[in-house]
Amino acid sequence: MSDSATFPGLDDALALGLTEAEYELICERQGGPPNQVELAMYSLLWSEHCAYKHSKKLLRTLPTEGPSVVMGPGENAGAVDVGNGLVCAFKVESHNHPSAVEPFQGAATGVGGILRDIFAIGARPIAVLDSLRFGEPHLKSRYLSSLDEGDRGGNGGAGARSRYLLDRAVAGIGHYGNSIGVPTIGGEVYFEAPYEQNCLVNAMALGIAKREQLVTSAAVGVGNVVLLFGASTGRDGIGGASVLASAELGSADTPWADNPPGGYQDEDSSVDKRPTVQVGDPFEEKKLMECSLELLERGLLVSLQDLGAAGLTSSASEMASKGEVGIDIDVANVPLREADMEPFEIMVSESQERMLCVVEPTNVAAVLELCEKWEVGGAPIGTVTDSGQMRIFKAGQPVGSMPVRALVDDCPLYDLEPVKPEGTPYPAPKALLSKDATASEILLALLASANIASRRPLFEQYDSVVQSRTVRRPEQGDAAVLTIAPHGAPAAADGVHDTDGAVPGIAVSIDCNGRRVAADPYTGTVAAVLECASNLACVGARPLGTTNNLNFGNPEKPHIAWQLTEAVRGLGDACRALQAPIVGGNVSLYNEGTSAGPVYPTPVIGMVGELPDVRAAGRSGFVRAGDAIALVGPFAPSLDASELAKLWGWELPDRLPPIDIDAVAGAQAAVREAVRSGALSSAHDIAEGGLAVALAECCLGGDFGARVSLGEEFFGAEGADATGREAGGSGISPDSAVALFGEGSGGFLVSGGEDALRALGASVPMWTLGSVGGDVLRIECLTRAGGELIELSLSDLDQAHGALAELFA
Amino acid sequence: MKFGVLQFPGSCDEVDALHAARRVGDAELLWHGERDLKGADAIVVPGGFSYGDYLRAGAIARFSPVMESVITFANDGGLVLGICNGFQVLCEAHLLPGALLPNANLRFTSRQVQLDVVESDTAFTCACGGDRDLRAEGHLSVSRDSIVEARSTLSIPAKHSWGRYYADEPTLASMQEHGQVVLRYASGENFNGSLDDIAGVLNEQGNVFGLMPHPEHAVDELTGSSDGLCIFASMRMAVEGTHSGSGARV
Amino acid sequence: MKARVLIRLKAGILDPQGEAVQRALPALGFEGVANVHIGRLVELDVDDAGQLEPMCEKLLANPLVEDYEIVLAGE
Repeated sequence: MSDSATFPGLDDALALGLTEAEYELICERQGGPPNQVELAMYSLLWSEHCAYKHSKKLLRTLPTEGPSVVMGPGENAGAVDVGNGLVCAFKVESHNHPSAVEPFQGAATGVGGILRDIFAIGARPIAVLDSLRFGEPHLKSRYLSSLDEGDRGGNGGAGARSRYLLDRAVAGIGHYGNSIGVPTIGGEVYFEAPYEQNCLVNAMALGIAKREQLVTSAAVGVGNVVLLFGASTGRDGIGGASVLASAELGSADTPWADNPPGGYQDEDSSVDKRPTVQVGDPFEEKKLMECSLELLERGLLVSLQDLGAAGLTSSASEMASKGEVGIDIDVANVPLREADMEPFEIMVSESQERMLCVVEPTNVAAVLELCEKWEVGGAPIGTVTDSGQMRIFKAGQPVGSMPVRALVDDCPLYDLEPVKPEGTPYPAPKALLSKDATASEILLALLASANIASRRPLFEQYDSVVQSRTVRRPEQGDAAVLTIAPHGAPAAADGVHDTDGAVPGIAVSIDCNGRRVAADPYTGTVAAVLECASNLACVGARPLGTTNNLNFGNPEKPHIAWQLTEAVRGLGDACRALQAPIVGGNVSLYNEGTSAGPVYPTPVIGMVGELPDVRAAGRSGFVRAGDAIALVGPFAPSLDASELAKLWGWELPDRLPPIDIDAVAGAQAAVREAVRSGALSSAHDIAEGGLAVALAECCLGGDFGARVSLGEEFFGAEGADATGREAGGSGISPDSAVALFGEGSGGFLVSGGEDALRALGASVPMWTLGSVGGDVLRIECLTRAGGELIELSLSDLDQAHGALAELFA
Repeated sequence: MKFGVLQFPGSCDEVDALHAARRVGDAELLWHGERDLKGADAIVVPGGFSYGDYLRAGAIARFSPVMESVITFANDGGLVLGICNGFQVLCEAHLLPGALLPNANLRFTSRQVQLDVVESDTAFTCACGGDRDLRAEGHLSVSRDSIVEARSTLSIPAKHSWGRYYADEPTLASMQEHGQVVLRYASGENFNGSLDDIAGVLNEQGNVFGLMPHPEHAVDELTGSSDGLCIFASMRMAVEGTHSGSGARV
Repeated sequence: MKARVLIRLKAGILDPQGEAVQRALPALGFEGVANVHIGRLVELDVDDAGQLEPMCEKLLANPLVEDYEIVLAGE
């Protein structure tokens, strides 16, 4: 090894993503220039991905404590108390850049990584949800104006690539979750042009553990053994964390940016990036999961940590840092897939399906025996020391030594320099719907639009029922509902069935409308948090805690810094008001394509709530002919940043109408209590596409028609808000456009007996709209300006709503 | 009455099957590496991805030590139920005729499917006829007289990527002659492209049964349906001799 | 000895993977393509080539639905 290889210089540091100032600081902490192993480890731990250097100061403003919080941010996953001595662990994480390079493996390993976070704290994973963002798929819709064939893409074009990414990412999520026996119970997907060169793939997982069995990752006990178990270590994802996870994706990094799959652009430089993508093996992870849980169950481990981004480097350093100890690792003891790996390669490898644990020396044999039972590799690779140093050896020879504190805590944190941009930086979408469209035509176009159409073709590729907990599958309720115990379990054995037969459960929702956040990062983020809580309310659940994944562009750009700052402010305000503290999360920055600019700011929110009895869990679809239908809550619809505004090609506004968070929270509480009492037949929150789309979804969900009339009183004294006035087309009046298709927070569509609705109306604003029945959705608008009539059969609605089927044909 | 539920590395639905079986009797997990069936009266080979299903679904699991014992048990007339991956394992072990191939739509597909009970006089379906409510609540009180000979339907989730049933012409003819086609996908429900809409098949002796849909995930209305319980209830009736139909031809 | 085992579905059994590829090729401008079939390739080193056939019958292939072909290195 030459001197230059042993002691790389500033140029190497810059190439690894460090700044000159950071490199100098590392030299200072090391008392001289770092060698190859040291520089590799610093470059990963001081990357945005590991050090959160542009977001940490903001994240410190978030509420993280509350009566339900058992484990907050900083551990592998957060956890909230769900009663009976049990906790629910959960977290969302992104795998955006790996998915843009190789969507199947990127999405699959994203699921694998988040599942490891859950069982790393001792919880058995019980559910996965996903949150996906792609460019426009350009559906061949007869409800929308046709596009050029070039846009849609035969051999080329943006639509083809977005479709390819969607198809492979969905397959990858299913491949991993289905194979490992954890149900995928929900999720969301949006299609918007700003995601075209930088898709987002976020995965959330939940787990259940006995409170006293939770384990942390802090390495303790000088002399204890550090043991690596799971898959062997290869060259997967070397440099992944710093090269892939923290650099803007240029078009050259993105396969098929200009050519769809099948073009085999092998000469493209993107191919060089391919080997750095990690390959997942769900079978290995299934064994690893069962092995980890059994090791914990038997009390054989002192602490446990999964290996994710930055591999051994990150896991060992984090364990040492949390336990305020040192760790010695000898890379010669790491089981390798390729024999000739360099020490730095072993330390930074992102090979999947591996865990690191600390074991008392007397338990090592028992741990290895259990690894053998589960056919999982295991090897002692190091020891806990009191040196405060991470020391790396190769067959006893030192190859690197760094103060743990310098590695983990001394990365400089940067202040953002936020500046609100003039106007919107995002181009207006292409108009897809004529201004002459009638109310009926608009409703069908919205139902058939990519952001609103039924997600059935996606979720049918996921096992949503394994583990026997799923009470509300996708599209059955606004949030997924699970029992806490596997419901097949006999009541006496599981200890969590109340004596009166009540079956306690949890509900979970994941959401974020990035377009609304782009229009107004503060209000849009508040809306995303409220949307999750509204979804929970509709099934009868009260929020316990929140996780989030902040997907933003380059924070060194002032307007991105402003988006991030405002979004985090909104996140904090909304979570405080809902008493749903943040228990964990993830930040993904630099989500930008070179020519397309930044993605919409997308703070994905995941929220978990509790239900005392899932037998009363709410449904979103109508269930009984003759039920009355009412709109409940402080709903103030507007076309700003709505789906209809998008179809009409409107530019994004630079603010959204303000939201009264407390009023919305009050309506959520009222709906929640009504659902819990069993008084309501159905409850559905009004979201994209407004009231008319929500009505159609309730009809389709229950296979019932409805007759609804929006009288003059519904439109208020002022008539439509300002956005409606510019909506005047020849097909629909401004007032009707806002009332039928306007969006906003805090609106619920409920059905039930008239007495039940009256009782609900005593505590929240309510308009009775009509009744359930027949096989036609009929909506009458009686405005001063005249009227609008929608009259569509269930089969017409269903056909439009099924528009995504073409993507998976 | 005791069910033994096999557990392979990569099994996913074994705990669900265990809980479902416990609704009608005792049940215990049986580890793949052991040969002892621990006195089980009937065996369930559960769903999942045994050994990762990397070569062919079920191909490696059939050679496990526990399967050696199951094959002997089946040859001696013991009841064996294979669900999804378990069905694939039983076909690979030649305990059932035919084979399972990748779905015609080439995708993992998860759907609540309606199944027609073609043969309601077998050891696995004798409690599946008759009144849906009776099935839901007690099943064991179902008497021979109340079993409706006419077809009934079951609503059960199916979820797999490797579920297209195939058998060659002579095999199929023989199966039909011997009443071995027990469950069919109802009209329009055959998403995987199975030959002749076949969802569940019996061996000629009537003591080994495999199906792609998951009855263990349909044992309680709370989680969607209780129609699958009748499969487990039927097995109990057969073991305890309360069913005397021609199904258990041993 | 190096050996390769090629495994494919028996003729006449629906091969949806092959059909999907066959449908995709003309869309990319490759005309005149027929009979596309997708199978598996198993590569292995064996001391006794005589074991290959029983290996195929027992594990590597499912003779009910699959044909196999054994190719030894140098052949």
